[in-house]
Amino acid sequence: PFRAFSSAATPIRATLFPGDGIGPEIAESVKQVFRTADVPIEWEEHYVGDQIDPRTQSFLTWESLESVRRNGVGLKGPMATPIGKGHRSLNLTLRKELNLYANVRPCYSLPGYKTRYDNVNLITIRENTEGEYSGLEHQVVRGVVESLKIITRQASLRVAEYAFHYAKTHGRERVSAIHKANIMQKTDGLFLKCCREVAEKYPEIKYEEVVIDNCCMMLVKNPALFDVLVMPNLYGDIISDLCAGLIGGLGLTPSCNIGEGGIALAEAVHGSAPDIAGKNLANPTALLLSAVTMLRHLKLHDKADRIQDAVLNTISEGKYRTADLGGSSSTTEFTNAICDHI
Amino acid sequence: TYMPRPGDGDLRPVTLIPGDGIGPLVTNAVEQVMEAMHAPVYFERYDVHGYMKEVPREVMESILKNKVCLKGGLMTPMGGGVSSLNVQLRKELDLYASLVNCFNFPGLPTRHENVDIVVIRENTEGEYSGLEHEVVPGVVESLKVISKFSSERIAKYAFEYAYLNNRKKVTAVHKANIMKLADGLFLESCREVATQYPNIQYNEVIVDNCCMQLVSKPEQFDVMVTPNLYGNLVANTAAGIAGGTGLMPGGNVGYDYAIFEQGASAGNVGNEKIVEGKKANPVALLLSSAMMLRHLQFPSFADRLESAVKRVIMEDKCRTKDLGGDSTTQDVVDAVISFLD
Ligand SMILES: Nc1ncnc2c1ncn2[C@@H]1O[C@H](COP(=O)(O)OP(=O)(O)OP(=O)(O)O)[C@@H](O)[C@H]1O
Ligand SMILES: Nc1ncnc2c1ncn2[C@@H]1O[C@H](COP(=O)(O)OP(=O)(O)OP(=O)(O)O)[C@@H](O)[C@H]1O
Ligand SMILES: [Mg+2]
Ligand SMILES: [Mg+2]
Repeated sequence: PFRAFSSAATPIRATLFPGDGIGPEIAESVKQVFRTADVPIEWEEHYVGDQIDPRTQSFLTWESLESVRRNGVGLKGPMATPIGKGHRSLNLTLRKELNLYANVRPCYSLPGYKTRYDNVNLITIRENTEGEYSGLEHQVVRGVVESLKIITRQASLRVAEYAFHYAKTHGRERVSAIHKANIMQKTDGLFLKCCREVAEKYPEIKYEEVVIDNCCMMLVKNPALFDVLVMPNLYGDIISDLCAGLIGGLGLTPSCNIGEGGIALAEAVHGSAPDIAGKNLANPTALLLSAVTMLRHLKLHDKADRIQDAVLNTISEGKYRTADLGGSSSTTEFTNAICDHI
Repeated sequence: TYMPRPGDGDLRPVTLIPGDGIGPLVTNAVEQVMEAMHAPVYFERYDVHGYMKEVPREVMESILKNKVCLKGGLMTPMGGGVSSLNVQLRKELDLYASLVNCFNFPGLPTRHENVDIVVIRENTEGEYSGLEHEVVPGVVESLKVISKFSSERIAKYAFEYAYLNNRKKVTAVHKANIMKLADGLFLESCREVATQYPNIQYNEVIVDNCCMQLVSKPEQFDVMVTPNLYGNLVANTAAGIAGGTGLMPGGNVGYDYAIFEQGASAGNVGNEKIVEGKKANPVALLLSSAMMLRHLQFPSFADRLESAVKRVIMEDKCRTKDLGGDSTTQDVVDAVISFLD
């Protein structure tokens, strides 16, 4: 909140996790674009350690988490969780420790980049802390296991509130709650009940409920039917990836995690892409657009617009595109082209 | 030459549940077409509706006797404490496999080409266990149950299906990176069964990635085997890219019984406009009933029905609203009947 008073003279500090795999390459690209656009941000870079920090039980250090807490904003590249025991997934550590309860993924067709669907403009908002990702599983008897899905009123209200608030502040008209309450009557039923309660406080926003299987079908037939979608954890994971597929893949879709106390940690949706890491081939678009959502969170709208336009124009011109979009540019060439458009 | 046994030509009884919403429209379409081609079946019709507490006894008895049922959609009430009759039927008859065929129709352009996917879904447990409770006020739990027994049985069904239908590949859909035990057990079972079918390719895909792949490169999939909920989503997505749920046939099968119904969105009973205008698309259920004829060992009737339906679409004779046309259910039925040779 106090961010609004920052002026260009006093740079805003933000945490940057370049991450693993292609992370450092695309983070470099963000830094370069930010420099070119004179964005008043000073990065505090944090790396994933090679030893477990006992205070976090993870390769992420306490200092890293503190940095995000202190700055209130951050940008994160992909982090591959090393296989093995005795530590938590890095993404999970961040989510739990920083209480990042909502994952916001805007998804819109990029002008000039043709896919089979060219009228996508929707936002998925995913509950990020509970549901099917509770991690509570056990074997009941040999050959029978149970996995618990937990839905709480508190987390559901919180994410619903965020969704409606987002819709209102971003000039959106409609919020659809996605569920399977005809089968999971109590858990998804509770989620819906919370959404309805919040909906009543926002009479200007249309509210509807869509069963998830029907939602999948409608999305692939006509994605323009949707505006803002809010849903429990697993559904959010599935639906947001499906939406990414509609517009051209993971190299393009940004996301932002919202936490308690207004923390915003933007991150690309994709993974560390070990197959192309270190080869200067990665598409930095997803991370760049994530950084743009971070700028919007900081109310730096003119910088956000300039960078977003530069990225979209570069892609739409089609002269410089990375391999995942059918082009032959390297990460560096593509980034330079974006900088030329600023 | 096939020599029929005495009694082979007898009419076979089939339990018919018209159901709710568009159900009566599309089941009536099947009845008309069956009659027009003198198919050797007759229907025992029962009124069942989604708001009922349970499936009436005499309906269960009819299915137990006939072993085969054709069914329109049954509306599932939302959160009213009434459990889904669709789920109830599957559980009571132990219809452990749900099968949905999603494929492109010649003559019907869609965004994607070369879609030909069979989704085989575990139907009795998983997220549909129905075990839910409130732990403390404001905190509820739902149990997802995965058993070795059911996972193995569905995997066997999928591979056997692939083998018998000359399919090349089986893909298991999961989220075992998060649900390590539950989906892990499912995968383990699929892997074991896969080793018994060395000629069928086997691979695994995480459910979110799967949906992304479906909307970008659906041609890579062949037979898919899934736990309960993922199957529901995958089937609807696949149906959507191939032309819509109004087209895709399917059914629920167990060792002893089979219920044939619209493949995807069986619980979808359409909206009032479609019901009032009598404009439901009967194609999915007509093709499901062709599957039923084949199941009853009447392959020539099945072929006739199938090719008539496909010709109607191919020659753009008449299309319902979900396919961009304005025809009624009856228009489609008449066209199909006119193409029966
Ligand atoms: N920014 C990008 N630019 C180009 N290709 C990408 C990008 N991100 C992902 N990909 C490609 O998409 C595919 C999936 O990559 P991703 O890293 O998300 O997968 P993953 O195996 O799940 O990784 P992780 O284990 O880190 O999550 C890879 O083939 C990768 O090359
Ligand atoms: N056999 C069928 N024939 C025609 N349409 C079908 C069939 N099966 C499903 N559908 C359609 O799939 C869509 C989603 O179903 P649902 O009953 O939830 O409608 P809805 O979302 O209220 O639809 P609408 O947006 O048209 O009001 C509807 O348009 C429904 O009628
Ligand atoms: Mg995902
Ligand atoms: Mg990944």
